[in-house]
Amino acid sequence: MSPAEIHQNLVARFGGKIVGAELEVLDPWVEVAPAAIVEVAEYLKHEPALAFDALNNLSGVDYCEPDPKKAAKFGHEAHIEVVYHLYSYTHRHHVVVKVKLPRWKNDQSGQIPDLDSVSGVWAIADWHERETFDLVGINFVGHPNQRRILCSEDWVGHPLRKDYEFPLEYHGIRGR
Amino acid sequence: MSMQLEDPRIVEFDVRTDEMLVNMGPQHPSTHGVLRLLLRTDGEVIHEVTPHLGYLHRCAEKIGENLATPQWIPYTDRMDYLAGMNMNLGFALATEKLIGMEVPEKAMVLRVIIAELNRIASHLVGMGAYGLDLGSFSPFLYAFREREIILDLFEEVCGARLTYSYLTIGGATHDLPAHITIPPGLAALTGRPMDEKLTWIDACRVFLDWLEKRIPEYHTLLTTNQIFIKRTAALGVMPREMAIDFGCTGPVLRGSGVDHDLRRDGEKIYTRMYEGYKYEIPVAPFAVAPPEVELGDNWCRFFVRMREVSQSIGLVRQALDRYPTAEGTYRVPFKMAAKLPRAEAYLETECPRGQMGFYIIGNDSSIPLRARAKSSSFCNLSVTSKLCEGCLIADIPAIVGSLDVVMGEIDR
Repeated sequence: MSPAEIHQNLVARFGGKIVGAELEVLDPWVEVAPAAIVEVAEYLKHEPALAFDALNNLSGVDYCEPDPKKAAKFGHEAHIEVVYHLYSYTHRHHVVVKVKLPRWKNDQSGQIPDLDSVSGVWAIADWHERETFDLVGINFVGHPNQRRILCSEDWVGHPLRKDYEFPLEYHGIRGR
Repeated sequence: MSMQLEDPRIVEFDVRTDEMLVNMGPQHPSTHGVLRLLLRTDGEVIHEVTPHLGYLHRCAEKIGENLATPQWIPYTDRMDYLAGMNMNLGFALATEKLIGMEVPEKAMVLRVIIAELNRIASHLVGMGAYGLDLGSFSPFLYAFREREIILDLFEEVCGARLTYSYLTIGGATHDLPAHITIPPGLAALTGRPMDEKLTWIDACRVFLDWLEKRIPEYHTLLTTNQIFIKRTAALGVMPREMAIDFGCTGPVLRGSGVDHDLRRDGEKIYTRMYEGYKYEIPVAPFAVAPPEVELGDNWCRFFVRMREVSQSIGLVRQALDRYPTAEGTYRVPFKMAAKLPRAEAYLETECPRGQMGFYIIGNDSSIPLRARAKSSSFCNLSVTSKLCEGCLIADIPAIVGSLDVVMGEIDR
């Protein structure tokens, strides 16, 4: 299926829960409302015409420019994106699904935003979500074992946030 | 702990076979780097395996957000350090996809030669180290002897032996050297004079001719060795659906019977490099497999790698034939300060360990907004807990080794 057909199929099934799409780019993407991500994911995987059986990549992207001098040229609203790169071994087609989240829950700095976990849909999402939680700082609701995976368990903060500040010291090791 | 009679683990005379927590790694030789496995065992039988990662985490993605794309190439070397060239290529191609650059034919042929040679070197280490995991020492020595010559050839090309940063955005940093002195290891092995001068391409051909004759020896040492078969066959069986669900790729996926290789099935920017070459994609089940072997077991994964070595030898030979007459140059210039467009690109390439993906978001600056490296070993390793359930402790090296993970790539 072409990306446009996949988008039409999703809009026909989910209507307003598909909140946007960009089909004329290198990797065409469809934006899904955060609350609907699990049902859309289930549908993408199990609908025979789509059959996206593989989650190639799950990543979080922090759109933010902490430097006020560069903020005017930044060109994006401050937000977080979770990006799912999907592939179907059956039909050999791709699609990218995006979910946009606020940078902080309730605009309170330090409160990481919530998103439903898709680890029940694709098994590999378990580790990818742990990594995204660890580095980007997104709370995956319903994740079976959401612990840090690359940083140590007692690490503070989420390093891939643009406004992350490196710690001054960690267990007596000088940081900067 | 209070005793319960209905506890199934109480076997006889109220003797309770308690579970033990056994720590394996991070400095265990058979964990292929700094991987720590926490085992919950009942005697020798594994109930649960919990992998702990991150011992080699070097913040590669954070560094990538603070450097121009050509500056990040050396960091990609250090991800899968056994296949640095393939990592360079994957990231260079992803950047080229983002900026819409097409490299000339000569650069593409050069990339095929280098990437496939590195695939051979990487699979040789995979084979040797797997033999070592299972207690067979000699294949490891043979594999490293052969790999040494590939490293010598790479050293002639770019000066480095492990972290090359050679394939870069727009092609490669240098052209292949015209004349070299034969690598000493190759001279010793083939009985040629030590001071022989020949072209790099000829040196490569001499090596491939010699390597091809060694492959049946590896099969005698490992593949068809009864002890090896007993340790690998019907163990760590991963069905097709499970492999796809856990995002396994590369030899692990093909060992489970999925006919998928990005060199043939990938995106145009990558597959056009391999157009017109004759090669096969080895996929389990194999007609030559011993009767004990099951689809998706350790033996299948190992054998896919061995077959890929032979296929890569053929690919390098064909590319060497094409190279002298290939059109264009080895490199299109790319300026470090060139701005990346306000767009994003995700590209996966077929690295020796699986599909390595790079996701780059540009934002009208030379420094990307996000540089994400999706590791193939990361996904392949995630299946460990599932595969090891119910196995014996001694089978863990056999299973983890057959996944052939490199921790540098997992932890990034």
